[in-house]
Amino acid sequence: MIKYVAKRLVISLATVWAIATICFFLIRLLPGNPFIVANPLDITNADKMMEYYGLNDPVWMQYVRFMNSLLHLDFGYSLAHAGRSVNEVIALYFPVTAQLAIQAMLFGIPTGTLLGILSAYKRGGTIDISTQLLTIMTTAIPAYVLAAMLQLLLSVKLGWFPASGWETQKYTILPTICLSLGMISGHCRGMRTLMLEVGQQDYLKTAKAKGLSEARIIFFHQIRNALLPMVTNLGLEIAGLLMGSFVIEKIFSVPGLGKYFVNSINELDYTMAMGLVVFQAVVVVAANFIVDILYVLIDPRVKLD
Amino acid sequence: MSETTSSRKLDFTPVGENDRDAEQIIRPSTRYWPEVWKRLFRNKLAVLCLTIIGVIILCAIIMPFLSPYKFDEVNLLSSSLKPSADHFFGTDATGRDLWTRVWIGARASLLIGFLGALTPFIIGTVIGAVAGWYGGRIDMIIMRVCDIMLCIPSMIYMILILMVMGGSISSLVVAMAISGWMGSARGFRGRVLQFKNKEFTLAAKTQGASAARIIFRHILPNILGNIAVGLSGAVPGAIFMEAGMAYIGLGVTPPNISLGQLSTDGITYFMSASKFHLFLYPSLVISVMIFAFFMFGNSLRDALDPRLRDEEYNAKRMRKIKRVLRREARRPGKAVV
Repeated sequence: MIKYVAKRLVISLATVWAIATICFFLIRLLPGNPFIVANPLDITNADKMMEYYGLNDPVWMQYVRFMNSLLHLDFGYSLAHAGRSVNEVIALYFPVTAQLAIQAMLFGIPTGTLLGILSAYKRGGTIDISTQLLTIMTTAIPAYVLAAMLQLLLSVKLGWFPASGWETQKYTILPTICLSLGMISGHCRGMRTLMLEVGQQDYLKTAKAKGLSEARIIFFHQIRNALLPMVTNLGLEIAGLLMGSFVIEKIFSVPGLGKYFVNSINELDYTMAMGLVVFQAVVVVAANFIVDILYVLIDPRVKLD
Repeated sequence: MSETTSSRKLDFTPVGENDRDAEQIIRPSTRYWPEVWKRLFRNKLAVLCLTIIGVIILCAIIMPFLSPYKFDEVNLLSSSLKPSADHFFGTDATGRDLWTRVWIGARASLLIGFLGALTPFIIGTVIGAVAGWYGGRIDMIIMRVCDIMLCIPSMIYMILILMVMGGSISSLVVAMAISGWMGSARGFRGRVLQFKNKEFTLAAKTQGASAARIIFRHILPNILGNIAVGLSGAVPGAIFMEAGMAYIGLGVTPPNISLGQLSTDGITYFMSASKFHLFLYPSLVISVMIFAFFMFGNSLRDALDPRLRDEEYNAKRMRKIKRVLRREARRPGKAVV
C-alpha cells in the first residue's frame, strides 16, 4: 500500500512538474514585450520593467527561479496590474469557485446517481426516456447556450432566481444548477450502464438463487457494486467542474477564478493566466491522487502490484 | 398434448430428418460489413442523422457561393435586420448577412470537427503502434509519458496552445492533437499487443512483410469498427470544444468565423427581441449538427455490435413463440403448456 501511494505521489508530482515546465517555456515562446502589450509604455520603461521582473536574464536562470518560487507555493505577479500577485487572486477568488463546484457536486452526484438507478430499474420508462433526453441536450447544446436559456426562462421570465451576480445564497442556485447539468447527465448515463452491466454478473444470479428479496438485491448487491467504478470518474469530474466554471462564471458574472482567468486571457496577462493554469492543474492532480488512493481502499478486488 | 408438442416444436426445431441436414446452419449466413450497413440503414434515427449531416455539409459547401452577400461584407444601411426573404437569417449589427456567415462558420466548425478528431487519432495510432510493436524500453517511456499527459485536463493544453499560437483553425487542431492523442495511443497499443502473436501476423511476417505493413494492413482492419465508433464520437466532441473555447475568448479570430464564435457573439443579444436571431440561428445549427453526429455515432456503435444480431434474432423468435401461445390460449377448453 505504501509503495502504491508513493508511486502515485511520484506520478502526481511529475505531472505538476511537467505542466509547470510546459507553461514556463510556452510563455517564453510568446512574441513581443508583455509590458507593451498590456499597457502602452515607451520602450525604455518597458525595458526597465523587463529588468525589474527579471525577464532579461538567461532562460535557465529564470527557469530555476520560477521552479524555486513554485516550491515555495508562489505563483508570481500579474503583468497587467502592478503589485497584484497570483496568490492574492487565488486567495480572493478561489473560495467562490470552490463553493460553486462543491455545491454542484453535492447536488449533481446524488441526483445523477439516483436518476441512473431509476432509469436502469425501469428501462424504457418515463424516467429513462427523460434522462436520455437530458443527456442528448447536454451533449448537443453548448453549455453557454443552455445556461443562457435557463437564465432567460427561470430568472427573466419566471423571476424565481436573480439573473446574475453573487450576493446571497439565492444567487448561487442557478449557476449551481447549470454547472451540475453535465454532471447529472454523465452520472446518470454511467450509473445506468453500470447497473445493467452488474445486473448480468454471476454474483447477482447467486443472490437471486439464494432467494433474497428484490429490494435487498438491488440495494445491497447491485447498487453497491455499480457505485464503485463511478468513484474513479471523480477526479476527471473535478477537472470538468473547474473548466465548466469558466463558462458558467462568465455568464452569471460570478466573481470566481474562472471569470478571472478568462479576463486575464483577454487582457493578455500571461503570467497571471499561467499561474492560474498551474494552480488549477495542481488542484486536479491532487483530486486525482486522492481518488486513486480512495479507490484502492474501498474496492477490495483491486490488486496492488 | 398436441398443444405442448406444438410449442416445444418452436423451442426446439428439429434440424433435419437425415444426418446431412443436421450439418446445415439454420441462421442466414452473413458477412460482417454488409450486415453492419444493413442494420445501420434499418435504424431510422441513423438515417435521419446521416441525412442531416449530409445536408449541413452540402449547405456549408455551396451556400456561400449561392448567396449574393459575402460573409465579411459590411453594409451599415442594412444593419440588424430581422430574417426576411433577402436575408434568410437576418443581419448582424454591421449589416453582414447571417445566412452566409452561418454556413461559412459551419465550414470552419466541420473542418475543426473532422481534423480535430482525425489528427489526434492518426498521431495516437502511430505512437501506439510503435509502443506495442517494439515493446521494451520504448513502450515503457511512451506509456509513462501518456500517463502523465492524461493527468492534465485537456482544456489546459488547449488554453496554453491557443494563447501561444493565436486563434485559428490550425492552432485549434494542433491543440486538439496534442491533448487528444493519448487515448488512441493507449487503445491501439493494446490492440497491437493483442494481435501481435496471432497466426495471421506470423504468416505475414514469414512472408517478409514489414512492421508497418503488418500493423496497418493486417491489424488495423481488425479494429475498424472500434475506430469508426471512436471517431464518430470525437467529431461532435471537437465541435463542442471549439464552441467552449470561443466562449472564453480563444476561438478563431476575426474576420474568420466559426459556428461557436457566431453563437458566442450572439449570446449578448439573447434577451433583446430585435436581435434574438443573432443568437438563435447559429446556436440552432451548431446544436443540430452536434446532435446528428452524436446520435449517428450511437447508432453506429449499436450496428457494429455483433451481439445485437443474436439479440434481435432471439427477440424475433420469442415474439413468434408468444404469439403462438396467445393464439392457443384464446382457444376455449384447451390447456396451454
